[in-house]
Amino acid sequence: MAAAGAGRLRRAASALLLRSPRLPTRELSAPARLYHKKVVDHYENPRNVGSLDKTSKNVGTGLVGAPACGDVMKLQIQVDEKGKIVDARFKTFGCGSAIASSSLATEWVKGKTVEEALTIKNTDIAKELCLPPVKLHCSMLAEDAIKAALADYKLKQESTKGEAEKEKK
Amino acid sequence: MLLRTAWRRAAAAVPVAPGPTTAPTRGLRLRVVDHATQSDVPSATATAPQAESELRPLYMDVQATTPLDPRVLDAMIPYLVNYYGNPHSRTHAYGWESEAAMEHARQQVASLIGADPREIIFTSGATESNNIAIKELESAIQPDTSLVSVMTVNNEIGVKQPIAEIGRICSSRKVYFHTDAAQAVGKIPLDVNDMKIDLMSISGHKIYGPKGVGAIYIRRRPRVRVEALQSGGGQERGMRSGTVPTPLVVGLGAACEVAQQEMEYDHKRISKLAERLTQKIMKSLPDVVMNGDPEHHYPGCINLSFAYVEGESLLMALKDVALSSGSACTSASLEPSYVLRAIGTDEDLAHSSIRFGIGRFTTEEEVDYTVEKCIHHVKRLREMSPLWEMVQDGIDLKSIKWTQH
Repeated sequence: MAAAGAGRLRRAASALLLRSPRLPTRELSAPARLYHKKVVDHYENPRNVGSLDKTSKNVGTGLVGAPACGDVMKLQIQVDEKGKIVDARFKTFGCGSAIASSSLATEWVKGKTVEEALTIKNTDIAKELCLPPVKLHCSMLAEDAIKAALADYKLKQESTKGEAEKEKK
Repeated sequence: MLLRTAWRRAAAAVPVAPGPTTAPTRGLRLRVVDHATQSDVPSATATAPQAESELRPLYMDVQATTPLDPRVLDAMIPYLVNYYGNPHSRTHAYGWESEAAMEHARQQVASLIGADPREIIFTSGATESNNIAIKELESAIQPDTSLVSVMTVNNEIGVKQPIAEIGRICSSRKVYFHTDAAQAVGKIPLDVNDMKIDLMSISGHKIYGPKGVGAIYIRRRPRVRVEALQSGGGQERGMRSGTVPTPLVVGLGAACEVAQQEMEYDHKRISKLAERLTQKIMKSLPDVVMNGDPEHHYPGCINLSFAYVEGESLLMALKDVALSSGSACTSASLEPSYVLRAIGTDEDLAHSSIRFGIGRFTTEEEVDYTVEKCIHHVKRLREMSPLWEMVQDGIDLKSIKWTQH
C-alpha cells in the first residue's frame, strides 16, 4: 500500500519536473520591485539625452555629483529672451534611478520659466518615479542639477548685462 | 527483527549504479530518477529505497522524523528546479522571486502562532534556534592559540590565493589554517594534506547541490579542537548538534561526486568560454578593465569594470541576463565593493564593475548573447554619460573639482 503510494508520488513528481516550463524571459524583465517600469522606460525610451552649446549665453549648465560617489549629472537648459526654458538636455553617469530622475527633470523644466523651475522639488520627482527610500538621493541630485543649471544661467546673464553696460559707457 | 534483516539484505542487493560516463552531463535538472535504469545517477543514491514491488514497513516513528507531505513537496519543487535564485540577490528577478517566496513562508509561520512576520527568523533547524535563543556573547580567544583564515577563491573577482604556500608557512609556525573553500571545492583541485589545511568550509549550493546544507572539514591528525557552536543531541560527533537533513546532505554528496568526475572537463570548457567572453568584449569596447590578478585566477568568475558607465544602470539595461555588480547602488549600504577597494581599484571604476559567472551549464550561445547585449548597452550608456563626453573632449577627469553630495 505504502509502496504504491510512493510510486504514485514519484511519478507525480517526475511528471511535474518534465512539465515544468522554462521561465520565459519576458517575465524576468522589468519586474515591479527594484526597477519600476517608469524608471526602465526612461532608459529604453530616452528623451532629452544630449548636449546644448555650453558657450551660448542662453544656455545654463549644471554639473553635480562625483564619479567617486557613482553619481554625476549634467543638466543643460536653454532659455529664451522672455525667461522661459525652451529646451533642456541631460547626461548622467549613475544607476537607473539617477538616469530616470535627471531625465524627468529635463521633461519638467521645459516650458517653465526660470522662477517656476526653481520650485521643482526632489520629493515630486521621487513620487512620480516611485523611487524606494534607498534611491531618494538620486532625486535630490536631480533637484541640485536643475538649481545648478539655473544658477549658471543667471550668472551668465548677469555677466552679459555687465558687459553691455560697460560697452555703453 | 526478521523484517529488519530481510530489509537490509534487500537493500544490499540493489545494484551499485555505475558512475557517469566521461561524456559531459548537461541538463541534470530535468533528469527523471528511475530505479529500473540507473545508468547515470551518482552512486550516492545506491542506498536509496528499494524497488516499488517490495513491501516497506509501516512507519510509526514520527517523533524521530516525519515523511514529507505531498503538498509540501509540490511547493518545494519549483524552487529546486526553476526558481533557483538566491533570495539575497538584489539585482535580478531570480533573487526577487526567491525573496518573495521566503517572505510568504514567514507570514505563514507567523499566522500559525499569532505572531508578526517580523518576529520570525529562519535557521537550519530547531537545535540552532535553541542555541540562538540562549547563547551569550563571549570572547573565546585564548592568548596561546592563533588561526589564519583565507578564502581559497574569492567570490567577487575570482582570484586564487596561494593556499599551498600559506599552508606551508602556517604548519611551520604551528598556527591553525582555515580556508573558506565555498567557491573552490569541486572547481579547482584541492588536497587538505598537500596544502596543510586544518579547517575548511564547504557550501552545497555553490557546487550545484542544494541550499541549506554545507560542511566543515576538521583535521584529525594532528587533532584540531573546535568548540561546538550549538549543543543538543550530540549529532556529528558532538561538533554540531541537530538533525542532519538527509535529502539535503544526499544532494551535497552527489554534487561532490559529480564535481570530482567533471572537474577537469568543466575547467577546460569554462576557461574557453571565459576567454571568449573577455576577448570579444575587450575587442569591441575601449576602456574596459579586468579586476583581479589575471594569472592566479579562477576562469569562471570574471569581474570587469566598464569605465564611464555605472554598474547598476548596466544591470538594468541587461535585463534578461542575471548578473551582479560591485557598484554601491546595488548594495543596501550604498558602499561599493570592499574587495575592489582592497585591491586598489579607483572608486569610480568600482562603481562600474560587473561580475560575469560562467558555470557547468553555461552555453556558448548564452555567452555570445550576453556579450552582444553588453557591448550594445555599454555603448548606449556611454552616449548618455557626461564623463564619456568629457573624456572624448580631451578633459582629464581627475582635474575636475566635483561637487560633493
